[in-house]
Amino acid sequence: MLIKKHQYLAFVLPAVFFILLIIVVPFLIGIYYSFTDSNGLRSSFIGWKNFEVLFQDSTFLQSFWLTVKFSFVSVILINLVGLAFALIVTSHNNRLTKSLRTIFFMPNLIGGILLGFIWQFIFTSAFQAIAAAFHLDFFKGWLSNPSTGFWGIVILFVWQMSGYIMLIYISFLNAIPKNTIQAAVLDGAKATQIFFFIKLPQLAPAFTISLFLTLANSFKLYEQNLALTNGGPYRSTEMISMYIYNTAFVNFQQGYAQAAGIILFLCVTIVSFIQLALSRKREG
Amino acid sequence: MKKSTKILLGFLFGIIALFWFYPFIIVIINALKGKRGIFQNPLWFTRDFTFSNFKTAYQALDFTSSFFNSLVITVASVIVITLVSAAAAYALSRVKGPFSSILYYLCAGTMLIPFQSIMIPLLSLFGKVNFLNRTSLVIMNTGLSVSLSIILFYGAFQGVSKTLDEAAALDGAYPFKTFVYIIFPAVSPMTGTVVILNAMKIWNDYLLPSLVVNKDGMYTIPLKMYSFFGETNSQWQLALAGLVLSMVPIIILFLLLQKQVMTSVTEGSIK
Repeated sequence: MLIKKHQYLAFVLPAVFFILLIIVVPFLIGIYYSFTDSNGLRSSFIGWKNFEVLFQDSTFLQSFWLTVKFSFVSVILINLVGLAFALIVTSHNNRLTKSLRTIFFMPNLIGGILLGFIWQFIFTSAFQAIAAAFHLDFFKGWLSNPSTGFWGIVILFVWQMSGYIMLIYISFLNAIPKNTIQAAVLDGAKATQIFFFIKLPQLAPAFTISLFLTLANSFKLYEQNLALTNGGPYRSTEMISMYIYNTAFVNFQQGYAQAAGIILFLCVTIVSFIQLALSRKREG
Repeated sequence: MKKSTKILLGFLFGIIALFWFYPFIIVIINALKGKRGIFQNPLWFTRDFTFSNFKTAYQALDFTSSFFNSLVITVASVIVITLVSAAAAYALSRVKGPFSSILYYLCAGTMLIPFQSIMIPLLSLFGKVNFLNRTSLVIMNTGLSVSLSIILFYGAFQGVSKTLDEAAALDGAYPFKTFVYIIFPAVSPMTGTVVILNAMKIWNDYLLPSLVVNKDGMYTIPLKMYSFFGETNSQWQLALAGLVLSMVPIIILFLLLQKQVMTSVTEGSIK
């Protein structure tokens, strides 16, 4: 053994310290919190009451289902757009496709708060101008209506994430051996046949990765939600992260909010284990 | 493929790209106008043209100070994260045993926990000892990022042959020296990935800083942008100029390091 015990500890202890202090300890305290009526100052143990009340709380249930609906819709759209972009930029290798790659990826660089404000301007001012110029009511008042407000967040998120997911598909597309495709072309395969019979099967692992990456990210979405609609009108576009934040730091029901946080954790964990099981199954 | 279809496809792709890029364009165009110009036509340039919004926004955002706060917090966090996680990952990759496996699974496990599920106890923990400032933000950023970084580094160190360690040991080098001078430099592409991934995340973060450093003199760019937006009272030309200023640093950095950024982002999600 090259590394002695005390040296080993010197290498790993700083990391262990940070993980315990910032994640493990707060997580354990959090589990306790979720069984209390803590308001940040005082707290007493109340058993399962928070969870019982949560499942009757229409604001919570609404934000929960909104998050599920949002995740479902955005996962599908982001993956479709991301895959389409990946196919576009890998179709040729020239200056145009190179700059397309950059442009498609760029929204991903910008933080959620800035993105939310950019799209707030588009949905209010720009859409209003389009509505007035072409007499289209479709473009009117997008953020003052619960259903179009929801789609507004979806559009923003698709704009932000598609370029990111594109990169994952590109790396898997590039891993397909060139001579496989050349052989298919020599055998007279059409572009659509090459896509469905050669490229698509090779992309299976990319689908799993991208699907769950987008799913996890949409479950945790907060900043975009805050800057675009701030949950409005009337908390109708408030997703679960914002619900937790508002309950804890605006209404000071910290124990209650933490119970919602535990539910969020359980959802993300279940989703991750399904992903793990799926990719294990394919490999094994 | 025929030349005409090729040109047609190129044209189609160009339109899609323009459409995708338009949100950036519309922000820049309207940041260069007065209030009246935006009202007349927010979709394109009008005769109302001015640079003055940038000056107002720069002062209102206290941009020099918020920029440096963002920079100091990001750089400090990234340095600590990189050193701490590289050291731990090195030991994990060289010493196999129950403690190493436990630690590896601890990293994988803690990655599952969403920040929203720990933010309330985390904040009350640090609030109780009255330790909410830039230093504690760096500590929190580190705790939240080491797990993924260790797993990334672990993969890279596995790829470095142990004969290198053995040769260095024969030459009389201590493990610490071997790590600093031989093994760590050998994984510099992965170091680049870890630095870029964490820097992007921390630079753009809003939720955690809003809970920890939301006070005068400590504001980061996203924090200041959020409060400035509330103050502009639908004077979009000012808000948009502020947005342009806030986006400029990261876009410039991206254009300089384009290839590296895109490889890092891909690697960070696939591994």
